Amino acid sequence: MSGNHFDNKVIQWLDDRLPIFSMLQHSAVEYPTPRNLNYWWNFGSLAGLMLVIMILTGVFLAMAYTPNEALAFNSVERIMRDVNYGWLLRYMHMNGASFFFVCVYIHIFRGLYYGSYKAPREVLWWLGLIIYLTMMGTAFMGYCLPWGQLSFWGTTVITNLFSAIPVVGDYITTWLWGGFSVANPTLNRFFALHFLLPFVIFALVFLHVVALHTTKSNNPLGIDVKGPQDTIPFHPYYTIKDLFGIGVLLMVYLGVVFFLPNFFVEPTNYIPANSMVTPPHIVPEWYFLPFYAILRSVPDKLGGVIAMFGAIVIFFFLPWIDRSKVRSAKFRPIYKQLFWMFFLVCVVLGYIGSQPPEGTMVTLGRVFSVAYFAFFPLLWLTSKFEKPKPLPQSIAAPVLKGASVGHAAQPMEKA
Amino acid sequence: MANMSTHTQGMPPTDATRRDFLLYATTAVGVAGTAIGLWPFINSMNPSADTLAMSTTEVDLSHIAEGQSITVTWRGKPVFIRYRTAAEIEEARKVNLSDLRDPEADDKRVKKPQWLIVVGVCTHLGCIPLGQKPGDPRGEFGGWFCPCHGSMYDTSGRIRKGPAPLNLPVPAYTFLTDTSVRIG
Repeated sequence: MSGNHFDNKVIQWLDDRLPIFSMLQHSAVEYPTPRNLNYWWNFGSLAGLMLVIMILTGVFLAMAYTPNEALAFNSVERIMRDVNYGWLLRYMHMNGASFFFVCVYIHIFRGLYYGSYKAPREVLWWLGLIIYLTMMGTAFMGYCLPWGQLSFWGTTVITNLFSAIPVVGDYITTWLWGGFSVANPTLNRFFALHFLLPFVIFALVFLHVVALHTTKSNNPLGIDVKGPQDTIPFHPYYTIKDLFGIGVLLMVYLGVVFFLPNFFVEPTNYIPANSMVTPPHIVPEWYFLPFYAILRSVPDKLGGVIAMFGAIVIFFFLPWIDRSKVRSAKFRPIYKQLFWMFFLVCVVLGYIGSQPPEGTMVTLGRVFSVAYFAFFPLLWLTSKFEKPKPLPQSIAAPVLKGASVGHAAQPMEKA
Repeated sequence: MANMSTHTQGMPPTDATRRDFLLYATTAVGVAGTAIGLWPFINSMNPSADTLAMSTTEVDLSHIAEGQSITVTWRGKPVFIRYRTAAEIEEARKVNLSDLRDPEADDKRVKKPQWLIVVGVCTHLGCIPLGQKPGDPRGEFGGWFCPCHGSMYDTSGRIRKGPAPLNLPVPAYTFLTDTSVRIG
């Protein structure tokens, strides 16, 4: 990292004492990136952009918001009506949460498809999962803040999940609430934590990037980089590609902000919170729906909670559940099918979670919850015996010497 | 750039200027876009229309006796309204302007001589001077005395002694009737 030479003497002077320019040069300019990354690799930096937008809009919203049960709802309405550009800040923040999750879900499924969770990137994968879990907590607490009917009852339902814990469950929920129900103390602490956690996420993202730059990026072929001919510098190739992705994302995101700002919103949440009346149909935000469906499918309180959290926790073990040495699903005929089935199951569970738990939806929810968890033992079994297609010799080989495959690269071979 | 050779290989030298142009154009558009995008954030911190709408205060003067002062709130700040006695008006008028730190004639500071209306914030460091209540110290010039650093104001609210640089400011105001005034 040291030893960089800069023409500008001021930059050189500063860099000799604090190597921020060397670090930038090292990780954002020179960083050797596989030359074959496709557009699915854009979503990491896009998620990073959404995090920045969320923190920025959030800080400015916090300047006009009041975390008090008597004032919160009206302070949000004041932001919408009176604060200069308050409507824009709130719509950007509200829809930004959805687009943040869109980017992160695509990022996760990309990692799944191309085997980015495998050695040597297990810790990188874990950090990503921890970021995802922290995001879920942050989003959940943020949803409480407008103090509408769904804010209140969503908070009530989700905090009550902890009452399923044997013996200490009730004490934990009382502790979470700071009282005997969701009330002012709950709103206050949720605001404090909702302000704090994004900065925790930011720190985790920093570690995520450090881990990435240590193990280097995976690529669509899933084979290791063999030498300089397989990589190109991050700048200008991927900076410009990321910039293009940012342009596309901003067009879609701001299109929703300006033309469909309430697309993701349940109208019920524009009714102020009332602790005496539960709305007829409580639905979480779309990004929680598959897990909500799993929760409702288990006909046992504790079992449902365990299944719901287990649905995410199990991903921490994925690097060992998948026993195949080949990363990319491109060369794994069975895994490719399992992947797409799993993706479909997640989407269907999301739909089921959005529907009232009646009639066939209950049965369907159970079938697809079983299918969700079946992915992991099936992967464990098939990954051992799956016969992968021959791997290309190197990343550069298919491009430089036509599509002909010489002697196949050994799986996980080091450069 | 460690891999400079990689991204210049096979390109004619003329490409350097084309690339420079693209780089500068992209940077310019990016900077301009970011600047425009930041404006809503900055402007959200400005007072909103409902705050600006509360920017005037109407005061009924009919219950104020000669020699008495009242303090009203205008834009979150105290405004001193003093019903001056003939002696106080006389005292304010006879001052030689060249003796003043911030020279201003008394008749330029009032619309009706008996009503002095000034913003009650010391021009030194923002404390509220004493002199509104009958028992308050009014300093050596019969106006106001700032307890923080000892600035003294006369019966026209002008600075006479102490560290403050300027007279107490006169807000914009209009007499709606003989006994009511709108400040702001």
